[in-house]
Amino acid sequence: MSQDLYQAPDYFLMDELLTEEHKLIRDAAREWVKREVSPIIEEACQKAEFPKQIIKGLGEIGGFGPYIPVEYGGAGLDQISYGLIMQELERGDSGIRSTSSVQSSLVMYPIWKYGSEEQKMKFLPKLATGEFIGCFGLTEPDHGSNPGGMVTNIKDMGDHYILNGAKMWISNSPFADVAVVWAKNEEGRIKGVLVERGMEGFSTPETHNKWSLRASATGELVFNNVKIPKDNILPNKDGLGAPLGCLDSARYGIAWGTIGTAMDCYDTALRYAKQRIQFGKPIASFQLQQKKLAEMITEITKAQLLTWRLGVLKNSGRATTAQISMCKRNNVDMALNIARQSRQILGAMGITGEYSIMRHMMNLESVITYEGTHDIHLLITGMDITGENAFK
Amino acid sequence: MNILVCISSVPDTTSKINFTDNNTKFDSNGIQFVINPYDEFGLTKAMMIKESTGGKVTIITVGNATVEPVMRKTLAIGADYAVRVNMSAIDSFSTATEIANYIQENNFDLIIAGRESSDYNGGVVPGMIAEILGLPFVNACIDMEIDGDDVKLIREIDGGKEMISVNLPIIIGSQKGLVEESELRIPNMRGIMQSRSKPLTVIEPISTMLHTNTISFDKPEEKGICKLVDADNVSELVNLLQNEAKVI
Repeated sequence: MSQDLYQAPDYFLMDELLTEEHKLIRDAAREWVKREVSPIIEEACQKAEFPKQIIKGLGEIGGFGPYIPVEYGGAGLDQISYGLIMQELERGDSGIRSTSSVQSSLVMYPIWKYGSEEQKMKFLPKLATGEFIGCFGLTEPDHGSNPGGMVTNIKDMGDHYILNGAKMWISNSPFADVAVVWAKNEEGRIKGVLVERGMEGFSTPETHNKWSLRASATGELVFNNVKIPKDNILPNKDGLGAPLGCLDSARYGIAWGTIGTAMDCYDTALRYAKQRIQFGKPIASFQLQQKKLAEMITEITKAQLLTWRLGVLKNSGRATTAQISMCKRNNVDMALNIARQSRQILGAMGITGEYSIMRHMMNLESVITYEGTHDIHLLITGMDITGENAFK
Repeated sequence: MNILVCISSVPDTTSKINFTDNNTKFDSNGIQFVINPYDEFGLTKAMMIKESTGGKVTIITVGNATVEPVMRKTLAIGADYAVRVNMSAIDSFSTATEIANYIQENNFDLIIAGRESSDYNGGVVPGMIAEILGLPFVNACIDMEIDGDDVKLIREIDGGKEMISVNLPIIIGSQKGLVEESELRIPNMRGIMQSRSKPLTVIEPISTMLHTNTISFDKPEEKGICKLVDADNVSELVNLLQNEAKVI
């Protein structure tokens, strides 16, 4: 990839809504992405390899559970700080942000919120530094948008449980040290289970040949009579609300993250349009290209404002699941459209690895599906405003 | 080792520079400020010395409250204390006078300042501090080794290098080479959290008298459009230079 010339657009002076510490955290993450991610990400994607060498740095800049309290190894930051870190990581690549937000929102969050004190002390500090990598198992081959139908189950054997079943489309699974797995007990109640690498009967086959999130490792979780100590059950919450609570946090991170991809695509397209000469003048001087660019910055600005407001609500504990759904849905769709429009502005150059746009576009095809599909999020808003359930 | 690093807050090097009030004042609207890159090499070297031999690193900035985010970043990178002299750093001599006064009141073994600031490029403040305090000054340092009070410095000179031996306390002017760009520190989360509780002290200037007065600023003429002439077409090149650019 060519040199990273990224300059973040801030058309409505959004920086004035941030604290100095927010900006310090955001700028540190931005600088780190420029130095550590941009130079290697294109090759990692082309080779479909997760760049494991960045894990330590990702932990150091707060990529793993920045809002987790200090006593558990986190940074005790607010939700806007978390969002800004996700924005900068996804500006680099959605796969890197996925690794980070899975670890933060889907592994550290449930252990912090639903785990015992012993579980928190055992896992959270190591997850915060990246010494441990975690993954989250909810989706199954036959249960995606309908996670409540899951068949993965645990049976009480007196002094331990036996876990059986399989999970699919699991980010980080091929090298995760610990998996937060959701399984039904004999009463049909969903429980959180901490499955550790090395447990007999537990395997994590990798999913190959993806056209999207190629720099992020995806795989399955297969449980064949895995013996689970009773201490590995998350004690403080069960039912479908427990994993959905984690998804609220992860979707919030995605809402911020996808602004990063949109800003990167817009910045690339704007710079290219000013430099690319056709018919004797820059293509930025043609009305059709200006329309694309003007609509892009409008949509980015709207998303920035919406998401900052969501961050304020989340900081005060008032952000609802439906609000997070609306923001995730809007921002991913916005980013995907901007990636496509930017690709058009770059013409044939847009399909090459010389620029980040096509990589972002292909990544976003996953992001618009995972953590609640585009359609499901619409139905969440629909149900919230009408009171009518249209899922089934 | 007690080290002082002089830090300037300067516009990001990609900023578009404009002036207001009849070209007499810099327009800071929409400008992102950063640590002066020459100072950042010095700060990084100071951190390395502290990590290898112990001691503390203080940073000092002459400026109004708007420079504090940049100072906070130096604390997040690892500086221990920050001091702000509460006046605008417009005039080199008054800036040097304030810093020299602070040094006189607090003992430092090593004082590092960027060889120049990347905004006004005056390049005289560290030399002036040295003169006021009667300390040795070596500018444009690209290497430094400290053994007790003995300091071996390498200074960049036109077309070569100069090897210098000097005793502490000294003032050096830092630049790229003292550390490499890849060694510059990005604040990590631990550093950012620790910076919350590190002291940033504001002191009042001993004098507000300016010795120079800026009349106005002029920007360089904008670069013209680049024309490419085929390497074989020398007559066209001569024609353009003679009749269009009018330089021959």
